[in-house]
Amino acid sequence: MSAPTIIPIVDNIMQKKSRSVRRDPQNAPTHDIREELFELEARGELIVQRVPEPYVEVQTKYGRTKKIPIGKTWHHKSCGQCGHIPGYTASIFWLHRQFGIDHIDPTDQTSCTGWNYYASGTSNPVAQLAVMSRNFAAAHQTGYYPLIHCGTSFGHYKECREEIVHHADYRAEVRRVLAKLGKPLVVPEEIVHYSEWVHVMRDRIAERQVVDFSDITATVHTACHYHKIVVEDAIYDPDIFGGQRTATVTATMQALGAEVPDYSTWFDCCGFGFRHVLVQRDFTRSFAVQRKIQVMKEEVDPDLVVTHDTGCVTTLDKSQFAAKAHDFKVGIPVLSDAQVAALAMGAHPFRVLQLHWHTSDWRPLMEKLGIDWEKYWDEFQEDLAAIRSGEKTLTWEDADAVVLGV
Amino acid sequence: MPEWTLGKVTNKYPDVPYEEKERLFLETKADPRYPGYIYGCYECGICVSACPSARFYDYSPRVIAQAMAREDVERFYEIMVEDICNCAQCFSCVRCPRQNNPGGLVTIIREMAVRNGVQEARDVLQGYTRVIYKVMLKGNQVSPDMLQPDFFPDWGPWVAGFKGNMKAWRQAIPVDTLRGVTDAAWRTDDETLRELYTIWFETGNIDIIQEVDEGLYDLLVDVMEEELEEWE
Ligand code: SF4
Ligand code: SF4
Repeated sequence: MSAPTIIPIVDNIMQKKSRSVRRDPQNAPTHDIREELFELEARGELIVQRVPEPYVEVQTKYGRTKKIPIGKTWHHKSCGQCGHIPGYTASIFWLHRQFGIDHIDPTDQTSCTGWNYYASGTSNPVAQLAVMSRNFAAAHQTGYYPLIHCGTSFGHYKECREEIVHHADYRAEVRRVLAKLGKPLVVPEEIVHYSEWVHVMRDRIAERQVVDFSDITATVHTACHYHKIVVEDAIYDPDIFGGQRTATVTATMQALGAEVPDYSTWFDCCGFGFRHVLVQRDFTRSFAVQRKIQVMKEEVDPDLVVTHDTGCVTTLDKSQFAAKAHDFKVGIPVLSDAQVAALAMGAHPFRVLQLHWHTSDWRPLMEKLGIDWEKYWDEFQEDLAAIRSGEKTLTWEDADAVVLGV
Repeated sequence: MPEWTLGKVTNKYPDVPYEEKERLFLETKADPRYPGYIYGCYECGICVSACPSARFYDYSPRVIAQAMAREDVERFYEIMVEDICNCAQCFSCVRCPRQNNPGGLVTIIREMAVRNGVQEARDVLQGYTRVIYKVMLKGNQVSPDMLQPDFFPDWGPWVAGFKGNMKAWRQAIPVDTLRGVTDAAWRTDDETLRELYTIWFETGNIDIIQEVDEGLYDLLVDVMEEELEEWE
């Protein structure tokens, strides 16, 4: 008898993941939550906010369609993005402004507070549902549709929607609390993540691309809370990794001309850990470096990592510094898909992308893309000098212009 | 030979009466989400292979699913005081072929531990209370002024540099709601924050904070009540 062939573990994973899967919504293992929402609306239990037209239809994990609105969006910002990597948020708005898309950046918005809930357990489901519903009621009041910037808010709200639909006592309690605020219980027809908007806009973004990405190899890290909480509701496409991995971010990078190779720890989390990233980062650093950055480096040696969540950008970016002391193979810049899309369309690397908030070295990437980053850094230093002397603050008037490739 | 019962651990916490452990277990089991998170367990270990915490800690989502499915009260208590803090809440374990959600079980057990003032849960959160303060009062988990070199030494010299630049850098963001804001992630309306405070009071969330840290609770209640009184 001949000896069995032993396939190395990485090859084994890659082989399995290269098989194409097609899914039939008729055989979906879940009920369509939207039908249940409409039934609850018909019974007068809640209001379902409809996706405004125009929208683009995409496929989710079990082959069902999901509507992604193009405009009239109410931007549910992310506290991790806005607080620690503001170029992520600025890039989303820059893209909207470039396309002249009607949107609102509300001040009547709190974070979902889900980061705290997953970090500490110092809340309860009704409080979490009420925070979500307060935000959704605020969006509904404006007539604009919520676009969720944060991966955790997106996943958390998908989970909260399940709880609202499946537990009548939660619904009753949340309605009671909202009544104190003079607000109705509103749930949007679709929970939409900003990277899904970037996904459906990718061809329009590519049409206006001024920076060439064809020499760039990018690895994608998909945020856990995007596709693991309520697994069904994430975009899949049979043409992207055979429909076995989510299509968001990867399809955007491919539309921009980058090569996006698969790697064996694609499914792994970034190590964020919610509480860990704030107060127990030995775990976060170890996981981010040993299971993500180093594996990417060894298997495909990418020019950058692209992801679509606050925590993932921060974790994968900031964890690389300490690892250098241990001679780990690190040194890959980490950006969000919106930052990359804005860069591809010629946005200012500092006024819009705010690269100075990132710690992993982005300079080699800029140089490979043919961007004279020092010129833009000097411009930004002038902005800062004027700000420090009280002459100005930076506004969209300074940041709207396409500066690359002109 | 030590006494050994199949599937049961010995009583590692004899100072805590069995009745108390059982009460905590039953409270966990009574959570409306619980039946949707555990359907039995094949012991296949798929959840463990996907779990980041299992790689770095003596921690196993399989053990959690098993203990809960077997209703092993002693093991449940051990998990509550020793294990749940290790979970990264990534939900990679939902790959479970039995449709279990071990991460979801941890979410519930954590909430029970905190709500019941279990000492180990309080200890774990000691360095974390400044975040609770921020999230309760500002509705944001993090803000630029929390990026302090003392708290993030492993992020390198960038953090110290950032401290000197924070004010100017925040003025150099084109987004209106972010520009110049350093004590929150973005500018939030006062009325929105009062609505948030109302939610914390009406849902009993603030009482949970009392179980974690009495001093923090007093401070939060003072600030929020004053704001709400002004509003009325
Ligand atoms: S949620 Fe917790 S138990 Fe599940 S895979 Fe993540 S770290 Fe492991
Ligand atoms: S994957 Fe599911 S069935 Fe398998 S060990 Fe984990 S909890 Fe049990």
